[in-house]
Amino acid sequence: MTPKTETDLAQMITDASGPLRITGGGTRPIGRVIGTPLDLSALSGVTLYEPGALTLVAQAGTPVAEIETLLAAENQRLAFEPMDHRALLGTTGTPTIGGIVAANVSGPRRISVGAARDFMLGVRFVDGSGTVIKNGGRVMKNVTGYDLVKLMSGSYGTLGVLTEVSLKVLPAVETSLTLTLKNLDDSTAIKAMSAALCSPFEVTGVAHTPSTATTHFRLEGFAVSVAYRADELSKKLAPFGRTTEAQTDWAAIRDVHAFAKQEGDVWRISVKPSDAAALVAKLGAVSVQYDWGGGLIWALCPEGHDLRAAMGHTAGHATLIRGKGCGPTFHPEPAPIAAITAGLRAKFDPRNILNPGIMS
Amino acid sequence: MPVPDAAVIARKDRLVARLREVLPMDAVISDISETRAYECDGLTAYRCPPLCAVLPANTAEVAAILKICHELNVPVVPRGSGTSLAGGALPTADSVIIGVAKMNGVIETNYDDRYIRVQTGRTNLSVTGAVETNGFFYAPDPSSQLACAIAGNIAMNSGGAHCLKYGVTTNNLLGVTMVMMDGTIIEIGGAHLDAGGLDLLGVICGSEGQLGVVTEATLRILHKPEGARPVLMGYDNSEVAGQVVTDIIKAGVLPVAIEFMDRPCIEATEKFAQAGYPMCEALLIVEVEGSDAEIDAQLALIMEIARKHNPVELREAKSADEAARIWLGRKSAFGAMGQINDYMCLDGTIPVSALPFVLKRIGEMSKEFGLDVGNVFHAGDGNMHPLILFDANKEGDLELCEAMGAEILKLCVEVGGCLTGEHGVGIEKRDLMHVQFATADLEAQMAVKDVFDPKWLLNPAKVFPLDSSSPRRAA
Ligand SMILES: Cc1cc2nc3c(=O)[nH]c(=O)nc-3n(C[C@H](O)[C@H](O)[C@H](O)COP(=O)(O)OP(=O)(O)OC[C@H]3O[C@@H](n4cnc5c(N)ncnc54)[C@H](O)[C@@H]3O)c2cc1C
Repeated sequence: MTPKTETDLAQMITDASGPLRITGGGTRPIGRVIGTPLDLSALSGVTLYEPGALTLVAQAGTPVAEIETLLAAENQRLAFEPMDHRALLGTTGTPTIGGIVAANVSGPRRISVGAARDFMLGVRFVDGSGTVIKNGGRVMKNVTGYDLVKLMSGSYGTLGVLTEVSLKVLPAVETSLTLTLKNLDDSTAIKAMSAALCSPFEVTGVAHTPSTATTHFRLEGFAVSVAYRADELSKKLAPFGRTTEAQTDWAAIRDVHAFAKQEGDVWRISVKPSDAAALVAKLGAVSVQYDWGGGLIWALCPEGHDLRAAMGHTAGHATLIRGKGCGPTFHPEPAPIAAITAGLRAKFDPRNILNPGIMS
Repeated sequence: MPVPDAAVIARKDRLVARLREVLPMDAVISDISETRAYECDGLTAYRCPPLCAVLPANTAEVAAILKICHELNVPVVPRGSGTSLAGGALPTADSVIIGVAKMNGVIETNYDDRYIRVQTGRTNLSVTGAVETNGFFYAPDPSSQLACAIAGNIAMNSGGAHCLKYGVTTNNLLGVTMVMMDGTIIEIGGAHLDAGGLDLLGVICGSEGQLGVVTEATLRILHKPEGARPVLMGYDNSEVAGQVVTDIIKAGVLPVAIEFMDRPCIEATEKFAQAGYPMCEALLIVEVEGSDAEIDAQLALIMEIARKHNPVELREAKSADEAARIWLGRKSAFGAMGQINDYMCLDGTIPVSALPFVLKRIGEMSKEFGLDVGNVFHAGDGNMHPLILFDANKEGDLELCEAMGAEILKLCVEVGGCLTGEHGVGIEKRDLMHVQFATADLEAQMAVKDVFDPKWLLNPAKVFPLDSSSPRRAA
């Protein structure tokens, strides 16, 4: 089914007699779900863009590339740097803005500016009963009523099918520069990344690649400012070694290209950075990559590996992004939280037809 | 407010006795001479002492209190420092106030991972106070930060002057411990980033005390910038000032703050604080951060834009003292307006592009209603703060002021904005919610409350128009 308007969509959901599998561009098949495909790609187009107000409104099926082109023409960008999952997952479709919101997809800059959810200003969606609902708006500060915009971000379509999103955009930067440190072990690399994040120099990407023993620090902004901060950051990182300027491919870090051609399950783990190295040591992964100063771990594991058992009681969560895995795709929740989650789903999708089970 | 439940009031003695079983003697306040201290928040026009007030010392005590209230069907109003301007912490005669003021400790600070965990009664400013000797700060900075508590900040999703760069509370909140109405203690989020499942933290933040009582919070802390410096610009036309704001944003500079004041506000603050502001139609304060050289570079660009629009005054702070003088007037604006008369502070948000039109309409409404209005607000994000002056002792003036306030807020919604940018709905904008939301939109929000608080006992008469929530409250 390919609705052309929000009204179409509402009718289709009202009339649905069984589970629906909601897709935007189909580039992020995370979570297992069966059902009649409901393809949102025809609900497409930017409906409002005010560069002076840093706001953009688009229909959910709008290709991300279209939005990025429009923004680039005004020297602006999606600051949360959404990951493109295609290489890692071997998919070929066209990523849509709705998919980004539904999966709360961010990139390395999440550590300094926030996640996709932090840039969402408003949503329109159709719930599981076919009712059209709006929340938030198109202004940057808004506390009018409950923030269902956040609730929808990262809900993988299970509470409603997004039809329109409005978001905050930011100016693009004049220049970007990456410093690297070499040959640090994981735990020292995380200390170095923390040192950079605990400085006033505004690093906008801090990642560590154990396979090449390289730690990356990205600075962005006006040229004079970046040059100044690069000097100061190098001094601050001196205890960890001499930094060198490098041509780091941040898109490759963002999209986890390193694991794209390798066999195995891919897990995405969020923990507090100072827990990361010890966790990785006991994880049983074939290979890992750290982002967000160590707070985000990408782990490549043998097929069927029980990663959560290895994780034990470390605070945080792990999501299976690719492969067979072991246990649920999303991190199991403690009983009272699971009860709230189930309660919300029952309210927004009483027939349990929207991507049923995708988040388990 | 809805009529209080006489049956609940009649059972007061039993309730107080039960609460005393689980709390120390001095933590239960039931004498009318003392409950009066909790009769209102920052929206002082509305007052009502609660049935009783309790001051728990920790999460376990909060859970014990809520269990009792849940069992006895007594409404509960959570309270931080009582600075809400929307009546969020206003009690009803049949309710128990749970005040978290005693719970003001720091539980953990972790600089490597850049977070602090506090009890939510801690004031906003003292969170920064706990980490500033190490060079850190907590970014959201409401003007009330000396008094307001993290509890209220989370409930209202409060903002501040520097949120253009750092975001509001929800962007700086990592986790909470919350007690549900039935006494269940839940942990949401923590020191790690983002939710593993549904983003419940995102909906709890800004839920105005209606989903649970938040007792502890993990907050993101940041290293302080090397320095900051403001410039002041005056224009003889607010349209031009609006254009300057747009041009600065379009130029790719992201100041930490862009503040706006209009003539009535400038006049009032000059009398009150003598900050040396130019007498003009529109004054902007733009602040940038970084090292000296970075600030110089950013300000050069900003000053160039400012000059193109023929300012009547353009003044860059050359010293800490001059910087303080530039901020002095802005920071005293509310106090200065308060000297003239009683005032009501609105906080609707509008798209920045609608600024000139909205200011013009507010000027016209001021004449129509015969009430003076001063405008002082966060221009970078369109969050307006019209201050309507009225005389509380004059018959009908408050009602006139409220009617005018409602018109201004409707205007904000009409031009594509919203009723409240940071103060919250409370009781103040509750009955205007229909202007911004369709029935289905409100139903969806109330459905969330149904899940967290099925009996609708937590701060029940707030946020939603009474006619919309009445079937649920009566159930
Ligand atoms: C002079 C002045 C200036 C202000 N400036 C700003 C500003 O710049 N930006 C801004 O955003 N606001 C501002 N405010 C409004 C106010 O300070 C904020 O809304 C603040 O966050 C309220 O905090 P509080 O602790 O006083 O909360 P309270 O007034 O006690 O309560 C506010 C709401 O929080 C709920 N609540 C309290 N504690 C809990 C808890 N433990 N669990 C769940 N819910 C709870 C209450 O039920 C109520 O709905 C200003 C107010 C004043 C008086």
